[in-house]
Amino acid sequence: MNPTLHAILVFLQTWWVELTCGVVIVAVVPLVAGYVVLVERKLMADMQARLGPMRVGPHGLLQPIADAVKLLIKEDIIPDEADKFIFWLAPVISMVAALTSMGAIAFGPSFQVARDINIGILFVLGVSSLGFLGIILGGWASNSHYSILGALRSTAQLVSYETAGGLAIISGLLLSGTLSISGIVAAQEKHHVWFIFLAPVAAFIYLAASIAETNRAPFDLPEAESELVAGYMTEYSGFRWALYFLGEYANMIVVGSVATTLFLGGWLRPFPNVHWLNWLDFLPALIIALIGVYSIYRAGKQPVKIQTGFMWAVALACFAVAFVFAAPWLIQLLHKFGLAGSLSLDFVIPGLNGAFWFLLKVSAYIYVFMWLRFTLPRYRFDQLMHLGWYILIPLAIVNVFAVGVAMLLEANGLNRWLAMILTLIVVLASAIFLVRWHDRRTESASTASLAPDSYAG
Amino acid sequence: MLDSILFYFFGGIAVIGAALMVTSRNAIHSAVFLITTLLATAGIFLQLGAEFLFIAQIILYVGGIMVLFIFVIMLVRLDVALHHIRFRMKNLVVTIVIAVLGAEAGAIIYYARKLPGQGLFIQNVAPASNLTPNSEKLAQSLFTNYLLPFEIASVLLLVAMVGAVVMAKNKKRSEDS
Repeated sequence: MNPTLHAILVFLQTWWVELTCGVVIVAVVPLVAGYVVLVERKLMADMQARLGPMRVGPHGLLQPIADAVKLLIKEDIIPDEADKFIFWLAPVISMVAALTSMGAIAFGPSFQVARDINIGILFVLGVSSLGFLGIILGGWASNSHYSILGALRSTAQLVSYETAGGLAIISGLLLSGTLSISGIVAAQEKHHVWFIFLAPVAAFIYLAASIAETNRAPFDLPEAESELVAGYMTEYSGFRWALYFLGEYANMIVVGSVATTLFLGGWLRPFPNVHWLNWLDFLPALIIALIGVYSIYRAGKQPVKIQTGFMWAVALACFAVAFVFAAPWLIQLLHKFGLAGSLSLDFVIPGLNGAFWFLLKVSAYIYVFMWLRFTLPRYRFDQLMHLGWYILIPLAIVNVFAVGVAMLLEANGLNRWLAMILTLIVVLASAIFLVRWHDRRTESASTASLAPDSYAG
Repeated sequence: MLDSILFYFFGGIAVIGAALMVTSRNAIHSAVFLITTLLATAGIFLQLGAEFLFIAQIILYVGGIMVLFIFVIMLVRLDVALHHIRFRMKNLVVTIVIAVLGAEAGAIIYYARKLPGQGLFIQNVAPASNLTPNSEKLAQSLFTNYLLPFEIASVLLLVAMVGAVVMAKNKKRSEDS
């Protein structure tokens, strides 16, 4: 056989699982991002006492597809004065970085593109941080003042908050003692606790930093409509804009996954070591079946015949998925009656259950993002920078030390929770000190700068 | 076989990127091609099984240093600065550099047959996956055998960082007064 062909065959044979996962990520993440947008609009509508998108499909369920079609058939505009090559390249960088970094994330014990590389979390952070090359290049290539101001703001914000977020992640990594994604989850299983309970301050700092890194409200200064039109995306329209948008939402999923892996126990169910809570393993199947039952209940109340049919289809899909989730117990039942023979699905089922918990946690994290977006007003840019540099970064450094000290105390025989609470008190005290110190500083600075200003006018 | 294909793939991208970086007129384009070259080099590190070097290359060079490069290029008007550059020895220097590099490349290709891998395609080499996790190895050697150089380097970096902050602060104060 031709040696090149042979090499390709060997390559495919060894890597087909990873290649399939990669194709699935590239194909499914855009769809998921579209539906995250729909959920976000629905939530926003709910919090503002409106209905949100209702026209396309029952309760606007087909809205993302309509939006995607609209964006695809829009005229592709490149400004005359723009740098064509970079203008073309920038959104691609943004999206490719976000999708590539998803490759190292483990969505369950057996769903991962990159086989358990021992730098997993560094890979996710490093590659997803390449996305802001896309932002800064896009802002420059558009040759517009709004764009470049948005890009500059975005980069400054990302650089400052990446420091705080990185230090928060270091606190988590100290506890896990490894950089590999499955190693981190295994460490949480071994410690019998999610790391958010051991390092709550680090988790909070990471939450703030990840909101800033994904350019979302209340830290969405790069896209502040009232000041910058749309920031670095001002000159982009149609499908290029969609690529940026996709990259942003994919990035949200990435930071949610990192937080889930590091602080929320990854694919472990709540209390993985408590045996009398083993019934929680049934929960995925049960929840999805209940959603199916609810869809049937709602199907009768739909105004149009098509919508009734749609709800029935949703219900059937839910039952099918619930059936898959319940498969291990069904197979056990069959085994009890001697019907199943040697049928066994042991290699898929833990992965599926794990993926359910993982995705549930990521969704909860993204829900918090949206909740904060609709609740808090936008920060001013100097407030944002002060929060990052004067409060979050020093606090993150103190927290790294505190976690280290707590681990040292625990290694010397102190109760883990006692050590944790002692260091937590120190961290919180320093947080209060930092905030008060910063307030006093800005007060004196603002009175000093106000005095000549009142004469001006 | 696969190893050499990957190596030549990344190596080719690196070389093409470097050539485009030197030849392109626009400074931002040069920066983008330099990023391409750096990423391709990172790919070669990964292909050699040096995972930590791979990600350090991406985080430090592409994510850190190149962003600063692009920042500076964006904020400085290079087309104005270019008019001030007078470089008379250009042709001579370029000729010498090309001659030396060409001689090196020729020598490497000529002697490559005598290397253990037998020619330009790597064969019969232990696969990289047999290596132990190298981020742990790196940390161990840094914090045991090479602790003093490591500490000296970090103190140096700290001094540089504090120095930069002090310089920025001083400038601001003199502007205020």
